[in-house]
Amino acid sequence: MGNLSLTSLSFDIVVLGGGIVGTACAREFAEAGLRTALIESAEIGGGATAAGMGHIAVMDDSEAQFALTRYSQLLWKEAAERFPPDVEFSPSGALWVAADETEMREVFRKQHYYIQRGVPVEVLDARSLAEAEPNLRPGLEGALLVKEDAVVYPPCAARFFITEAQQHGATLILGKRAVGTRGNTVQLDDGSYIAYGNLVIANGIVAQSLTSSVQLEPRKGHLVITDRYPGFVSHQIIELGYLKSAHSIQSDSVAFNVQPRPSGQILIGSSRQYGLDDSAVDMKIVSAMLRRAFEYMPGLRRLSAIRSWTGFRAATPDKLPLIGPSPEAENIYLATGHEGLGITTSLGTAKLLADMILGRRSAIAKDPYLPSRSYALHA
Amino acid sequence: MRSMPEIITFSINGSPVRVSGGTSVATAILISGETAFRRSVSGEPRTPLCGMGVCFECRVTINGLQHCLSCQTVCQDGMEVQTG
Repeated sequence: MGNLSLTSLSFDIVVLGGGIVGTACAREFAEAGLRTALIESAEIGGGATAAGMGHIAVMDDSEAQFALTRYSQLLWKEAAERFPPDVEFSPSGALWVAADETEMREVFRKQHYYIQRGVPVEVLDARSLAEAEPNLRPGLEGALLVKEDAVVYPPCAARFFITEAQQHGATLILGKRAVGTRGNTVQLDDGSYIAYGNLVIANGIVAQSLTSSVQLEPRKGHLVITDRYPGFVSHQIIELGYLKSAHSIQSDSVAFNVQPRPSGQILIGSSRQYGLDDSAVDMKIVSAMLRRAFEYMPGLRRLSAIRSWTGFRAATPDKLPLIGPSPEAENIYLATGHEGLGITTSLGTAKLLADMILGRRSAIAKDPYLPSRSYALHA
Repeated sequence: MRSMPEIITFSINGSPVRVSGGTSVATAILISGETAFRRSVSGEPRTPLCGMGVCFECRVTINGLQHCLSCQTVCQDGMEVQTG
């Protein structure tokens, strides 16, 4: 009888995908009083959400990226007051490390950019950097400390969001996969249908199987995690060269990016590869990634790594997410394409979508993320 | 004729220990009478199970480096080993 009862179900909003973005959206809609359902085929926070680092980062690749990351970061800070301990929200700050004078100029440029926009930052010289992170190699030029960057454990954050959504009356439908839409209904893999007023497609790279209007590329990433070494690293540390890696559109790249977990474990990244759909760990990439990390933090070599895994970032051509009505139907909304920033920008995404659907005024301009935008490709 | 075995002097939890050359740190710890090689995350005492580098229950801190496999490490002069 389960199918029959589902067939008779109808919601104001149906969200597809129980990752960080989908759960944040469901929570926002349910809190606004909309009758909300979320459909997740596997488990809450189990896809790209579980594969990523969980760095709540402000970024300045473009004004639009800055606006969404900063808005979201402040929403995280506000939400953190209610997080249970397993979300592991830790406002440890991030260090963008400069290896030479050219990169140090970039540190000062970023400092100026962030100060103008009210983001608390501080420039560390070589000596202060060595004091802040004694395990970095000697001879680095300095770093920019972004004080309000934080770390979370994303799967538990997603579980917290869906729990809050359910407390506001949302329905969670687990273990069923959306296979298509027809009229104002979504068809599930068990043959049942659920009617919606608005549909939100928030299932990352899978979104393109449900809507032809989405242009997404899977961007494969690897991570390694060590055993527990409390105090070895104190901040999220990223090489400024990371930007070159993150910006590269086609070629494989690695960059030094480490993160201290509250457990004392250290996450070591990062890598980016296009054109792959095989989730197997590629030891060549892991080796390249670790060699890069050892260049910055030689002591990592002596630590014990316990696990390595991969995940797929959903990348758009202009590196901004798709948030808003899909070009093909007015009541089908997209919330995908967040690339490597989905944990951070999930909360801003949820607010923007709810603003659009409820006709509320948004705190930041929504135009740069509308799926109907034309892509301004830059090299 | 066999030569006298080399004697290695080092410390376990600050106490001096002497063993013959080639002895593993795990063996030395057991000889010293210590059985709690490490504590689990929830605080339980743990002791080696496999003795061949697979179970990771023999992890100790050697010269300040945590999580060293004591069953796969040969005692060296001056080494400082911490259990628990």
